Amino acid sequence: MNPSVEALRRQFPDGVGRAMESCGQTIVYVDRARLLAIMTWLKESPSAAYNYLVDVTAVEYRDIERPIEVVYQLRALQHLGELRVKVELPKHEPLTVDSVYHLWRAADWLEREVYDMFGITFAGHPDLRRILMWETYQEGYPLRKDFPLRGRFSRAEQVRQALHANPEAHYSLEELSIERAYRDLPADMRDRIERGERDRVPPPPGEETQGE
Amino acid sequence: MSRRVVELDLATTGVDAQGRPLRVPLGAELEPPADEPDFRAEHMLVNMGPQHPATHGVLRLVVELDGEVVVRCIPHVGYLHSGFEKLGEYRHYNQIIPLTDRTDYLSPMSNNVCLAMAAESLMGIEITERCKVLRLIACEMSRIISHIVWLGTTCIDIGAFTPFLWTFQERERIYNLQEAWTGARLTTSLTRIGGMMADIPDGFERALREFCNTFPKVLDEVDSLLTRNAIWCGRTQGIGVMSAEEAINYGLSGPMLRASGVAYDLRKDRPYLGYETYDFEVPVGEHGDVYDRYLVRCEEMRQSIRILQQALDRLPDGPINVDDPRVILPPKRAAMTDMESMIFHFKQVMEGVPAPVGETYVAVENGKGELGYYFVSDGTAKPVRWRIRPPSYINLAALPKMAEGSLLSDLIAVNASVDIVMGEVDR
Amino acid sequence: MGLSPLGDAPDLGGAVGGRSVMSQISPNWVTSRLDFLVNWARANSLWPMPFGTACCAIEFMATAAARYDLARFGMERLSFSPRQADVLLCAGRLPFKLAPVIRRIYDQMPQPKWVISMGACASTGGIFDNYAMVQGIDTVVPVDVYVPGCPPRPEGLLYGILLLQKKVRGETIADASLREERPLEPGGLRIPARLVDEISEPFGNSVHQSRSA
Repeated sequence: MNPSVEALRRQFPDGVGRAMESCGQTIVYVDRARLLAIMTWLKESPSAAYNYLVDVTAVEYRDIERPIEVVYQLRALQHLGELRVKVELPKHEPLTVDSVYHLWRAADWLEREVYDMFGITFAGHPDLRRILMWETYQEGYPLRKDFPLRGRFSRAEQVRQALHANPEAHYSLEELSIERAYRDLPADMRDRIERGERDRVPPPPGEETQGE
Repeated sequence: MSRRVVELDLATTGVDAQGRPLRVPLGAELEPPADEPDFRAEHMLVNMGPQHPATHGVLRLVVELDGEVVVRCIPHVGYLHSGFEKLGEYRHYNQIIPLTDRTDYLSPMSNNVCLAMAAESLMGIEITERCKVLRLIACEMSRIISHIVWLGTTCIDIGAFTPFLWTFQERERIYNLQEAWTGARLTTSLTRIGGMMADIPDGFERALREFCNTFPKVLDEVDSLLTRNAIWCGRTQGIGVMSAEEAINYGLSGPMLRASGVAYDLRKDRPYLGYETYDFEVPVGEHGDVYDRYLVRCEEMRQSIRILQQALDRLPDGPINVDDPRVILPPKRAAMTDMESMIFHFKQVMEGVPAPVGETYVAVENGKGELGYYFVSDGTAKPVRWRIRPPSYINLAALPKMAEGSLLSDLIAVNASVDIVMGEVDR
Repeated sequence: MGLSPLGDAPDLGGAVGGRSVMSQISPNWVTSRLDFLVNWARANSLWPMPFGTACCAIEFMATAAARYDLARFGMERLSFSPRQADVLLCAGRLPFKLAPVIRRIYDQMPQPKWVISMGACASTGGIFDNYAMVQGIDTVVPVDVYVPGCPPRPEGLLYGILLLQKKVRGETIADASLREERPLEPGGLRIPARLVDEISEPFGNSVHQSRSA
């Protein structure tokens, strides 16, 4: 068992849950509310010094009762220690957790991917939008267990939505720092961005009915 | 559009008192006419990709340009998202191996090895000695071909076409070896849980040794073309600098991390497959620029040759597969004649090999960086979660940091130096 | 390997400009000589637009490199701009996010244009029968030659190119429907929705492989 677990328990007596070993690797569960404080301590305290964020991901189990876990794989390059920190998110509560973006910049895209695939929001992340699917993707969060392998819509509907998604037209507000480019956008897109509507897919031109 | 009339003072001789040529700025004294917008103060928003020859796959870069200077660069990925991780939840562990060929398709054998190692870690299987050495050989061959592709395509991006042809010719020789071993040039599916798909064929050792003898000469030729070339140095030195602290904070790995001066290599610091018993060095750079990454990768190729020679020397005899019929398919002759073997075969193919409840994260030092597989198992034959820790994805996230503030052509060079493969970035 | 079985969408009623003149001349000796010349020129200088996405792109690069050499088939100049290309060579898997991109690139290519679908993923979706992958680019763009393989060997790709050259040589300028632009139908698809669903259905082993546990 990684000695950081004991040190962590001493430092945060109420924030640390169960700890275990699996395949020679140490896993420790922490409380969602104390996550940021715990991660900051793990990174900055000289005994722990986990300065390298290896991975951020999430796991949803096949057992519906089990909460979704957000998994952080940490490494200390100095003393070559590894630690896996997990936060449990019960499914009946909103799936939100604090972002560790400001501790490790590696979390930038990693958390975006977890949001894209699981729908978990990271509070404090400066630019949380979909990264692997296009921003107006309608079918849901692919890696959830209730999301079927082939997606929710029929293949024809998926092709139709994909062909009209036009991801290149959906710039984020961060990209539109140039006023001129913003003025050049089509009026309806400007309106949608101003209203904050990121999730609406414009209906394909022509009928609303399914094709022939 | 009004036409601006530019008048030069043509009475100058063209050289100044010291004989140096005079530069007469075009229109420097002239004010643009009042009705014409002043283009010098505006930024351009340019979209590169996803279909673009220099983005190394389907990467889209939204670039804000102030003239030629990149003010902001925002990469968009996901154009090759293939749902690997979702597919992995519907496949037995052995069935995931062909999927791993297609993530990092430039160095497929190392992905296969990493997956087999991860599944074996989960199941608590110890592989044989011969299997370890063969897997190490596969990993080093993969490192070489990955770096070869990087070298060829980076040269094309920066403008040198010839090394591409030379390096791809060398790649063909490794392809011959891969094809002789596994039957496929690119999608090798080399390993199985507990062993390998097949032993090396006759003549493989000899051919690989020949490659090890001749490949350094090709590297020397490319080296002579590039390393002291003024154009190459001018386009790569000082470009895309990442300091060591930044590299660690951004989670970079592989040559990107080492070129920035961080001496961290999984083969040395968390050894696997017996790397601690081999005699090799890990090149570490100083400046963290594109030139250092080039030097690090070239030296890594030479060290890989060194490791390959040592591995070939010490290749032990023996079985390649672990002697456990619940995990490894029995030989066909036994499966066709012996009832028990047939049942083992049936169970493995139809139900897969179940892994005990648990989870594991296993990482190898790929050519691109730290490739890790995270398996969570609930006791069945299909994982609950298969996570690929993609080195290219995390390295690419640092691209804006490296490229902002430099020229557009430097952006291309920096993008090339990150050594991404979009199959892995998007999975 | 085969030529496209999906057929063409219904004729949009007459072609553009001078083509309608050509299509009114019944094929004769003059048109056949002209065909020979035009098709010879086209077939031997097909400029590919490499839409390389994944592993097949690497095999495509290997085909273009020194050992297998595409240049001897007239495909010397890889055109990365669709405006100057003849053949859209989709090498690699096509996720849904990339579908509008390939459609736009196909629309940007001027006639005459052909499409080679290289690899199993581009032809049918390959091993990726899931939420993210287009099950064959023929649901998005019309395909002339399918090259199976995962990835196809360079020799396989070369055979597909030779097959395309054969197809090009078999064309005639008297048939205007060959060179018509067929944009997406008003419903947003290239072919009827039930046809998309039909060709995207899982078959073979894929049928059994969607049980999670």
